[in-house]
Amino acid sequence: MTDPNPNRPIPETAVEVSSIDFYYGKTKALDDITLDIPKNQITSLIGPSGCGKTTFIRCLNRMNDLIEGAQLTRGTIRISGVDIYDKRVDVIELRKKVGMVFQKSNPFPMSIYENIAYGLRMQSIRKKTIIDEAVERSLRNAALWNEVKDRLHSNALGLSGGQQQRLCIARALAIEPTIMLMDEPCSALDPIATARVEELLFNLKENYTIVIVTHSMQQAARLSDHTAFFYLGKLEEFGDTSKLFMNPGNPQTEAYISGRFG
Amino acid sequence: MTTEPQEAPTFFAAEKNPIRKIESAVLLLFRLCTWSILIAAAAVFLTILIKGLPIIISSQFPFINTDFLTQSPETLHVFEHKGISYELADSDFRAFQEKTGKTIPSATYAHSGGGLFPAIIGTLLLVIGSMFIALVFGVLSAIYLSEYSKPGKLIDFIRLSILNLAGVPSIVFGLFGFGLFVIGLNWNVSLLSGWFTLAFMVLPIIITASEESLKSVPQGFREGSLALGGSKWKTIRRVVLPYALPGILTSSILGVARVAGETAPIMFTAAYAVRDSLPWEIERWSDFLSKVSWPCPTTFTSLVPKFLKTNTPNVCSMEQHWCCWSSCSRLLLFPCCYADIFARETLGNPLQTYNYGLK
Ligand SMILES: Nc1ncnc2c1ncn2[C@@H]1O[C@H](COP(=O)(O)OP(=O)(O)OP(=O)(O)O)[C@@H](O)[C@H]1O
Ligand SMILES: [Mg+2]
Repeated sequence: MTDPNPNRPIPETAVEVSSIDFYYGKTKALDDITLDIPKNQITSLIGPSGCGKTTFIRCLNRMNDLIEGAQLTRGTIRISGVDIYDKRVDVIELRKKVGMVFQKSNPFPMSIYENIAYGLRMQSIRKKTIIDEAVERSLRNAALWNEVKDRLHSNALGLSGGQQQRLCIARALAIEPTIMLMDEPCSALDPIATARVEELLFNLKENYTIVIVTHSMQQAARLSDHTAFFYLGKLEEFGDTSKLFMNPGNPQTEAYISGRFG
Repeated sequence: MTTEPQEAPTFFAAEKNPIRKIESAVLLLFRLCTWSILIAAAAVFLTILIKGLPIIISSQFPFINTDFLTQSPETLHVFEHKGISYELADSDFRAFQEKTGKTIPSATYAHSGGGLFPAIIGTLLLVIGSMFIALVFGVLSAIYLSEYSKPGKLIDFIRLSILNLAGVPSIVFGLFGFGLFVIGLNWNVSLLSGWFTLAFMVLPIIITASEESLKSVPQGFREGSLALGGSKWKTIRRVVLPYALPGILTSSILGVARVAGETAPIMFTAAYAVRDSLPWEIERWSDFLSKVSWPCPTTFTSLVPKFLKTNTPNVCSMEQHWCCWSSCSRLLLFPCCYADIFARETLGNPLQTYNYGLK
């Protein structure tokens, strides 16, 4: 199949992943993954449960450092040309630039306002006007403002599951990272909130590079510019979303996206 | 189709088989055990209250024998004068003698008159000081052990040693404190020696409890904070500790009970058997700052060996004794229970009912 738009500029690369192997203790979770995540675009990761999507995106902000016995044994991950596993890299600075929304929503047991302000406070930003402004902006962006604007100072754990998930999105947006990693951000959301979040991601694309894990084929097809299909710890196929969905190059991919799996 | 209404009970009737019988037998056993513990506890408390309350409670306003709570122990004089038998504390006895102008022969019982004030103050001071020291040392080392240290043989060994420390008899801690603080550091028998000795004694309880509490903090909190660019220490201070603190504090109440109820280490390091002077009753005020050896008055429990040593048990001392226990339980135990309940209800629940999957 020919490129529908051959004159399109080749996108810059935000994250260069080259032949990484990742182990949890002695079990291999990622096997020889190589892919370039383009800048200011949405890349979605799809694949059956347990194939290593979460593991992969947690490598990108070094969240896996926290897991005992987990390590990257081979390969490099470069963000803006810098090897993020280099000894000289400060993980705190890395995580400020590479934000993350977790698969399980994890708001802190504090007020809604404090949840959003948290990341700013970590950077020792104390000015109330700046924080107030950031709280409102991120809550609006995460389509949560109207629901919580009257109870910003009540406990975030009193929110519903879907609201908590949007709060986590807002919290990640508040620190304005350049790359956003989102692990199934819409799994607990109703279609309206999902649409709002998708719209948000679409708008964010201008300034952010977004990597999103999703189990919804429609969402991946609607939203993303590029799609990566993972299977059993391997990257089976990676390419333009339209191409991958219209004309998958791999029989596994085709079976998975058409729902005939196993 | 219509079904007979009487069919329903038979449809849902319990199956008749031996497993059901065993189940109800086991349930009965559990019940019996629980009730017998309850009865034993109630018996202890009721005995103490019934024997002690008549002395503490008085018939006039404010209905509490305040002297008993605000005065120092004194020698009790029991004598007969003009056909009336008296039981008077030393100071009252002297006044009585002066009034009558005669020397009256009397039977004396040491420490059976007067009140408990020094013991109350001593216990409070010891508990507050040693718990403060123990919490600082304990929580900090628990944070190091569970948040910072890399698991390995050394850390396992340290944990094991801490657990072993919990099994060491308290008299050994007393000797340790005596050797290190009283003699080695020349702090004398003082509040300070007592604080540190007791703090070391409850340290294992505090460390183990704090580690458990820290472990129960959902990993998602730590990840969430780190992913927002939080440093490790800020993460611990802003998210981990606030969540773990109620648990740490409620478990530490066990430590309070242990400190307050301790005898041997206190007698070795803090309280002279017969010292009733209060910490602020010192020669010069400058001593309070310059000398580390602040005197520590007796505590409730070190009264017990004192009673046994100075008195063969007799009616009068036993009376004082019951009274002492009664006020001890009211002053110490009840606040402890209330503190525990309060901490669990108000601090623990909002956080711990947080139903959020831990990773
Ligand atoms: N902390 C861990 N320790 C050991 N093994 C792990 C750990 N986390 C994940 N794994 C294993 O690594 C593999 C990949 O897991 P991962 O969480 O990346 O899957 P996933 O693609 O995100 O699945 P899902 O769609 O269900 O979220 C699985 O086999 C899983 O059992
Ligand atoms: Mg996952």
